Amino acid sequence: MTAPALPASLIENPRLDRWIAFQPDLTVRIATGKIEMGQGIVTAIGQIAADELDIPFARVAVLSGDTTHGPDEVYTTSSLSVDVSGGSVRLVCAEVRAKALDRAALRLNCSRDELTVADGKFVQNGVVTDQDYWTVAGEIDLTQAVTGTSPVKLRAAYSVVGQSVPRVDLPGKVSGAAAYVHDVLPAGVLHARTLRQPNRGAVLASLDEAAIRHAARGELQIVREANFVAFVSPVESVAQAAAVAAPLHARWDNVRQLIPEQQEAAWLKGQPSDDRRVGAWPAPTTPPKNLVRATFSRPYIAHASMGPSCALAEFRDGHLTVRSHGQGMHPLRQNLAAALKLPIESITAQHLHGAGCYGHNGADDAALDAALVALRLPGKCIRLQWRREEEFGFEPVGPAMLVTLHVDLDERGRPADWTTEIWSPTHVQRPGNGTGFLLASEAMANPPPEVAPFDPTEQRGGGGTRNALPIYDVPAHRILHHLVVRPPVRTSALRGLGALPNVYAIESLIDDLAARVGEDPVAYRLSILSEPRARRLVELVAERSGWASRGPSGTGTGLGIGFARYKNRAAYAAVVAAVTVQETVKVDRVWCVADAGLVVNPDGARNQLEGGIVQAVSWTLKEQVRLDEHGIASLDWDSYPILRFSEVPEMRVEFVEPGSNPSLGVGECTVGPTAAAIANAVNHALGVRINDMPLTRDRIMAALLKV
Amino acid sequence: MDIAFTVNGKQHLVGAAETVSLLEVLRNHLGLMGTRYGCGLEQCGCCMVLVDGQPAYSCTREVGTVAGCDVTTIEGLGTAAKPHPLQRAFLDEQAGQCGYCLSGILISAKALLDRNPNPSRADIVTALDKHLCRCGAHQRILNAVQRAAASLREGSPA
Repeated sequence: MTAPALPASLIENPRLDRWIAFQPDLTVRIATGKIEMGQGIVTAIGQIAADELDIPFARVAVLSGDTTHGPDEVYTTSSLSVDVSGGSVRLVCAEVRAKALDRAALRLNCSRDELTVADGKFVQNGVVTDQDYWTVAGEIDLTQAVTGTSPVKLRAAYSVVGQSVPRVDLPGKVSGAAAYVHDVLPAGVLHARTLRQPNRGAVLASLDEAAIRHAARGELQIVREANFVAFVSPVESVAQAAAVAAPLHARWDNVRQLIPEQQEAAWLKGQPSDDRRVGAWPAPTTPPKNLVRATFSRPYIAHASMGPSCALAEFRDGHLTVRSHGQGMHPLRQNLAAALKLPIESITAQHLHGAGCYGHNGADDAALDAALVALRLPGKCIRLQWRREEEFGFEPVGPAMLVTLHVDLDERGRPADWTTEIWSPTHVQRPGNGTGFLLASEAMANPPPEVAPFDPTEQRGGGGTRNALPIYDVPAHRILHHLVVRPPVRTSALRGLGALPNVYAIESLIDDLAARVGEDPVAYRLSILSEPRARRLVELVAERSGWASRGPSGTGTGLGIGFARYKNRAAYAAVVAAVTVQETVKVDRVWCVADAGLVVNPDGARNQLEGGIVQAVSWTLKEQVRLDEHGIASLDWDSYPILRFSEVPEMRVEFVEPGSNPSLGVGECTVGPTAAAIANAVNHALGVRINDMPLTRDRIMAALLKV
Repeated sequence: MDIAFTVNGKQHLVGAAETVSLLEVLRNHLGLMGTRYGCGLEQCGCCMVLVDGQPAYSCTREVGTVAGCDVTTIEGLGTAAKPHPLQRAFLDEQAGQCGYCLSGILISAKALLDRNPNPSRADIVTALDKHLCRCGAHQRILNAVQRAAASLREGSPA
């Protein structure tokens, strides 16, 4: 038999025992390198394993993000977990099930064909035997490499996959008992806070430790290493007080100065950039006849986790144990080894719950901070937590983007030739992948050399170019990507990467093109959209939202549509938003129809659609990271407001029947279409287009003056 | 100095400076980790507890001011094994993602239902509007509070 193509996770982690273990308490431990951040992945992975092994869901215990026992699946990103980790677990379980059946057949002296599995027990010709997975487990060699040749179950045989199994992580979260990293306080724990280097290259010229100790009013150790400073105390409020006072008593040299214009996306144009043409770059067939050009933008936005980043570290007998809420424990272990110059074998990294991150926030950086302190205070458990203003001020932010579309129209007003031009800083500076470092490593005596930024490749879905390719039928298409190399702030991955600004731009322009030829936006889309799965969603969301009775433009209320397939290869989402615009925009209602193929846990996936919609409404209406001369100036929830209960729309979300289509990642699919639907609804309400996010009161007032 | 107050029905005598936050005392002295630090600025609601039945931000509340008071935290509602009807309703609606904001929201919801057993949707929104949730679980949370209110009125478990 030819070996099938294995998922990347199985190529990197071929041994079966990296994934599965039969435990004495009659459970099966399934390990995944993906981590739970409230998206329900641990539950979904458990469902896949339960079905493939024919064991009750309650007998599956999922271990997530553990460098000692679990597989290395790099980071939990890009809506890939069900596809890659779930796909790997499915193949592993199918193979182990087959091996177990072989052993059981030997023990029962029967043919394997006579055996089935029910509730983890082997059944011979319909009669339950005394053999189960756990009786034969010792005879299965799980050190072997997975081959991927055991047939997986047919979809019709699933009984757990496709069910809305309640999330296993939620009971502890509503009772208050769930252990977040923040909540682990072993006896003798020391609390730590940091003084942050204001920017790479800044040098700590002086620190008035006496003044800080006076302000802290308690037992305090000050840990210093080059330009890294931490305040450590058995009393949390003492460490906190020291850190709050510290900036007033620190003098830095080589501090960079920013200018206010740098906070706007418009600043990106004309900055030094690494320019790249993506795709075939066909020559225009004819000189442009009817060229339309429009520019759209999104500012820098924050992950803005509810809880500040936190980590635990302990260095004992030469071994460093770190607990973190980062998105990948194996990469964290490697990055810590590099930053601390420790052999990788002497580091263990374990994942614990954190506040939702939606991308690369300060979690990994806090882990290095904690480890730096732990190495200086061996034998002590260090709990290092960022301050709220540190979380806003030093987490990597989602990059600002400027998108210009140059579209030549045919005689029917349809796009004949399309060029997308993008200005954006990099979307990924995750440590260890060559584009970024753990933050405190820049404060060391010998910081790692600055690297030229780069974006994820097109094969990985791109960064700034994510979803830049319109899903519509366009005869010729080009992407010109200006990767701005020196942005004023550190930028990295935030839910959807460039998909949100690109879909916002494309879908806004499509509405404007429909208006040029006097056509309804839904009808116009359908006239240039041939893919059946895509057409079905646009038609369905129009039906659900009562699109046919959409009123005239300019009345102050509006209905708008946005559509995309995330990365042009993950889940499809069509969104309609209903808005009321007075001085500000209120999103009243959102309808979403998505196609994610086989959905492992429908309610959990709907929760993801809803969460993406709310986050996108918030980004579209309210959010912008503000800069002052020193750096990020929006350092609390008053200066960085997000959507509140009174502003959240009523949502109706649904998945279409999957047919025989495989699972597609859903976590990020709604953000672009939601932003676009709002833009188009506001355009419908006002009769005027607002090209720049967020759609604030000032922008609405300015737009109204243009009417 | 020693400060005496009641937490979840249990009397405590805590040796701490009067100016230390109630949040730090709950978490670091009493081991009640369900109440969470979010901002320390009364802007997010993660740290909400009840002081004599009223919602209070424990991050800025000095522990000295609760001497003699009756404090309720998320642990005072119910447990994973024996949830309060509000917690049951949050599970029934799968209302939450990362969960970091939920303890505070459940506390404010408890205060609302204690004074208004039949709240309108708008009443619930008003009661929870001081809370932030970044995952976007708002609609499910509102549904869950409505569900809990109905089940409490009927006197049966949610």
